[in-house]
Amino acid sequence: MNPHVILRVVSKFLIPLIALFAFYVQFHGDFGPGGGFQAGVILAAAVILYALIFGIDAAKKAVPPSAVRIGMSLGVLIYGGTGVATWLLGANFLEYGVLAHDPSHGQHYGILAVELGVLFSVASVMVAIFYAFGSRQPDLTDEDW
Amino acid sequence: MDLLSFFPEWVMTHGAALLVVLPLLMGVVLAILPSEKLAWALAFIVALICSVLALGLVLQIFGGESLVYSMGGWDPPHGISYVVDALSAPVLLLISLMAVLCLLYAWPSVRAEVEPKKRAPFYAAFLVCMAGLLGMVVTGDAFNVFVFLEVSSISTYVLVGMGASRDRRALTASFNYLILGSIGATFFVVGLGFLFMETGTLNMADMARILRDLDGGSRVAQVAFAFIIIGLGLKLAMFPLHVWLPSAYAHSPSFVTAFLASTATKAALYLLLRFTFTIFDVNINYVGRAEMILLVGFGVAGMIFASLQAIFQTDARRTLAYSSVAQVGYMLLGIGLATAAGAAAGYLHLLNHAVIKGGLFICLGAMWYRFGITRISDFRGLSKTMPWTMGAFTISALSLIGVPFTAGFVSKVNLATAAANEGWWWAVGVIVITSILAIIYMGNILKEAYFKEPPVVNGAIVARNEAPLMMLIPMWALALASIAIGINSDLMVQAANGAAELLFPVTNALPGGVTP
Repeated sequence: MNPHVILRVVSKFLIPLIALFAFYVQFHGDFGPGGGFQAGVILAAAVILYALIFGIDAAKKAVPPSAVRIGMSLGVLIYGGTGVATWLLGANFLEYGVLAHDPSHGQHYGILAVELGVLFSVASVMVAIFYAFGSRQPDLTDEDW
Repeated sequence: MDLLSFFPEWVMTHGAALLVVLPLLMGVVLAILPSEKLAWALAFIVALICSVLALGLVLQIFGGESLVYSMGGWDPPHGISYVVDALSAPVLLLISLMAVLCLLYAWPSVRAEVEPKKRAPFYAAFLVCMAGLLGMVVTGDAFNVFVFLEVSSISTYVLVGMGASRDRRALTASFNYLILGSIGATFFVVGLGFLFMETGTLNMADMARILRDLDGGSRVAQVAFAFIIIGLGLKLAMFPLHVWLPSAYAHSPSFVTAFLASTATKAALYLLLRFTFTIFDVNINYVGRAEMILLVGFGVAGMIFASLQAIFQTDARRTLAYSSVAQVGYMLLGIGLATAAGAAAGYLHLLNHAVIKGGLFICLGAMWYRFGITRISDFRGLSKTMPWTMGAFTISALSLIGVPFTAGFVSKVNLATAAANEGWWWAVGVIVITSILAIIYMGNILKEAYFKEPPVVNGAIVARNEAPLMMLIPMWALALASIAIGINSDLMVQAANGAAELLFPVTNALPGGVTP
């Protein structure tokens, strides 16, 4: 009999909700409090909770470290790429106004793209830090709990 | 300026941002590259492009223009602006050129010192560090300075820690640096917070204007100034705050040491100039007194004590690291004089010392590469076993001491003249005494190399084993640059005068090129 049955059942319910809430915070970011950084941390919290309850090996199967590594770079590239795109459209670096015909729409798209980049990077870095610490040999075995 | 016509117009208008964005984004790309060779080639190309860009910016500045770039099209003081002027442009060029030379040297040295798996991320961290340093110098927004300060510092901790595959002590050195560097950055950002509270803006030019209107501001501005000086003092290794520097320089990969010694503390010194002279004003009572007492006091103490410590080191890299702390003292003395000539001399020494120390550390790295030696007593007979390396080392060492016809002489003479003009004859005395101390600690190394026979290993005298060409090129480029500056220093003096003109609205702080 697994000793953590309640934790397992509850977290199975919670993890999708946490991830969903992360995206709510993400896309709410340009109207109110929220944005890529907070959303990234919440999304990473979903993965970390999964790793805490089901073990780090299961989490590494679900979110492989190689994907985490690429995610870290991808986020920065999305952010910087938005700036490069505005350069190619003939404006200053990260001048979102040129991304659409209407400058205020352009600002909107720009912020969304940049925040997406932040989401990727922050979530990946959080998970990477957790993996780095979590992958060390445990001092406490499961039986000692 | 005919050279300027080679640069497309777009590159020149967006150059300030491109200089930071290019290494930053390429660093990120490098982090996921599998191949070490590709990573090195890309890093080298990026550094080369940055140097060309920085050269274009310098030409533009000395054509009489200054450049303000609005990030995201938001004009200052509301948006973040990048400012290239006579003070920042030469430092930008210095950082990019040192990156190119160090990367040439990196090709053989990183292969010897860093684990294969970590080499591509190593170059990635290097490019991010470079982007951070360039960003610190180019930005005109005070909070942006903090962001880039952290970008460069955090990647530096990684770079120092990478030395662990050669020397496990790199890990503790890196950790010490991390703790002290974070404390420094915290002090700096607390100071910025107070400054923001006082002025309500983060744009440097706007801050300067408001502080001038407020006549120095209230006690909040004084506290801000104190915090910022301490924070930057930690970053630039001002004498009592330098304890992280010797072990970080001694245990990190030699490529990192060469790059850091010639750029990282220099970028922090640039910020000190920026904050004490343009944002705060020396005419403000507390700023003037702080410069006089703190910067000169700690600068002179550093010159004497760090030089003495350098004499008693047994590890050559530690000797040079303590000598770096002493040289920072010279620059602080120049800045603390709070005259145009003093600031110009400090700035000149900043540029010259980067050339000298970069060359010296590359030579030491080459000696480790061939014979695995860093202890001074192991340098026996290096003039016979590595004549070319030792030649470059000797030239740079003479330049560090301040022998005529070298870069070190030019900046020391200018510094002594600036001090004498103020009637600070004791400072001239200190400069002479510390130069004598420099003769002793560099002489210790040269004496071993020239006057002792190569050691005998397994019954045979150690054979001649010269450093590879990729190492000889950067070390000789720097050694020859040092001589070229010593013979004709007009270009450097012009750059320093330009910078001083910006800080003090007078012309020609240094009287032409001082040629022996």
